[in-house]
Amino acid sequence: MLKKVTHFRSVVILLALVLVLAACGQGGNNSGNKETNKPANEGAATNAAATQEPAKEEPKPPVELLNVSYDPTRELYVAYNEAFSKHWKAETGQQVTIKQSHGGSGKQGRAVIDGLKADVVTLALGYDIDAIVEPGLINADWQSKFEHNSSPYTSTIVFLVRKGNPKGIKDWNDLIKDKVEVITPNPKTSGGARWNYLAAWGYALKQNGNDEAKAQEFVAELFKHVPVLDSGARGSTTTFVERGIGDVLLAWENEAFLSINELGPDKFEIVYPSLSILAEPPVAVVDKIVDDRGTREVAEAYLKYLYSEEGQEIAAKNYYRPISETVAAKYTEQFKALELLTIDKDFGGWKEAQTKHFADGGVFDKIYTPGS
Amino acid sequence: MAGAVTVHTNEEASKRPKHITESAPVKWLLIGIAVLFLALIVLLPLASVFVEAFKKGVGVYIDSITEPDALSALKLTLIVALIAVPVNTIFGVAAAWAISKFRFRGKNILITLIDLPFAVSPVISGLIYVLLFGAQGFLGPWLDERGIQIIFAVPGIVLATVFVTVPFVARELIPLMQAQGVQEEEAAASLGAKGWQIFWKVTLPNIKWGLLYGVILCNARAMGEFGAVSVVSGHIRGETNTLPLHIEILYNEYQFSASFAVASLLVMLAVVTLIVKSIVEWKSGQQKPVEKTV
Repeated sequence: MLKKVTHFRSVVILLALVLVLAACGQGGNNSGNKETNKPANEGAATNAAATQEPAKEEPKPPVELLNVSYDPTRELYVAYNEAFSKHWKAETGQQVTIKQSHGGSGKQGRAVIDGLKADVVTLALGYDIDAIVEPGLINADWQSKFEHNSSPYTSTIVFLVRKGNPKGIKDWNDLIKDKVEVITPNPKTSGGARWNYLAAWGYALKQNGNDEAKAQEFVAELFKHVPVLDSGARGSTTTFVERGIGDVLLAWENEAFLSINELGPDKFEIVYPSLSILAEPPVAVVDKIVDDRGTREVAEAYLKYLYSEEGQEIAAKNYYRPISETVAAKYTEQFKALELLTIDKDFGGWKEAQTKHFADGGVFDKIYTPGS
Repeated sequence: MAGAVTVHTNEEASKRPKHITESAPVKWLLIGIAVLFLALIVLLPLASVFVEAFKKGVGVYIDSITEPDALSALKLTLIVALIAVPVNTIFGVAAAWAISKFRFRGKNILITLIDLPFAVSPVISGLIYVLLFGAQGFLGPWLDERGIQIIFAVPGIVLATVFVTVPFVARELIPLMQAQGVQEEEAAASLGAKGWQIFWKVTLPNIKWGLLYGVILCNARAMGEFGAVSVVSGHIRGETNTLPLHIEILYNEYQFSASFAVASLLVMLAVVTLIVKSIVEWKSGQQKPVEKTV
């Protein structure tokens, strides 16, 4: 009996030791971290104090924002958040920390509807923000709150192919050639995928003299060439780039640039089709939440600063097309000019496009049967 | 994990008479197949985690596991485990006690309910809480008025984790306590012991190894759960990301070395768990060769 007890005790002591070790390790890391952070923080503080003396009088308590965004903006907002924090601190003396959440645009919108407390949403397309308007979280006139339809940057859809373009893909009609595998996310959940789909639709309409039946045929054929539908743009990129599936990825221009940059220009190249679509990823303040939390002022400033010279510059550096002409002029080499359809002129706005193509029972449901 | 194998290192197996054991080639063939299979399916991928993690050097490795978001993910994972495991331990003991020592109606229903989290997909385990506590859910508006945030915050993550880890402790204890029967408790009671006295002095010493084993498995799952937590997390960096979610984020951001570095942390937590588990098995096997079914 005594022996039993000692055995048990030794195991319990061992367990406790492991826990204590883990805690120590963590504590050690934390303190190490604090030390390395300190000089940087002090530097920032003195900087801010130097630039804005009066701010000292009324130091507002630090504030936190949550930006719920879509998949490919991860790198963009890491850079932008840092720039905005600095700007805000210099302007008001207030410390602002921006937290990020990323995922497929439709999924992220859904999370906000379900109660994710986002101060601002920066999604892939207007429809996903309209969805948040419905339960009364965002005011219906959100799109007129900021310039340029509340889209501080634009992008377009391009093709990413493997180096040397072995399948000779140059335009949309090459995608439905024999044995070409196309990778795109699911238009039901991904914003980027809906832009992909509409660009293809627009191309087919144009080729066939606005014959809708022909366009539907083309898009149906296109989706027969899609072996995997991921739920978000980043998932599709990983499928194409990492898992090596497919011959061409229909991607956001910024996403295509990023994969070339991250994984080597020796592996992939970008092909610009003859015609694509002007993608306008919009931003909005989530009215109900900023009013509840009292963060409206800083949330609005956060989105507004996207339109500033610095904000536009950061967008361009992260391969989003800037809307500021002065900044755009600097990046003409990076962003190839091409014929672009627009959602409002060519598709009658998102509401119409959504109902016609992507809602339950819409065109996409008719043409896409999984596994066919 | 549900069907975890309990090894009994009873000497009997190797002491069986020669004429009823298989021939040597068959024995070695079987051992060979088992080892090869495990090496290919388990060891190789696990080893590659560490290879990838250190690909860009020790500096990158240390940076990625000490970066604030990684630390906050580690902290959250530990907090969640620290809540979920004790809760399920207390519940597991209570449920196992009730089921094995008392006779009552609906006992089988109770057992089935305990097994339910094993049977449903983790995505559903997450979604039920969104449906219940989400802003559009049954209790959402009521909670919202009172400023209580459950979904997309720590409470939701804890709830989802508790849900998926409910069966571990109870499932481990029920067969054990049923096999032991109620005689010892009855004897203690007849000698005048009170309820708690019986529990601490008779029942607990009898079940402690099974209990510890269940706790360890429960802990492993609590720290590793991905699906259910992913649904209720909201993926806010540095706030509602657990280690498994953080690994996915890093991987999706082309930070492969960093993601594997954090993954290696999780693997190490798992290895520690397995070592403790083996010790527990060895100790319990040593002193009590009672057959235990899992």
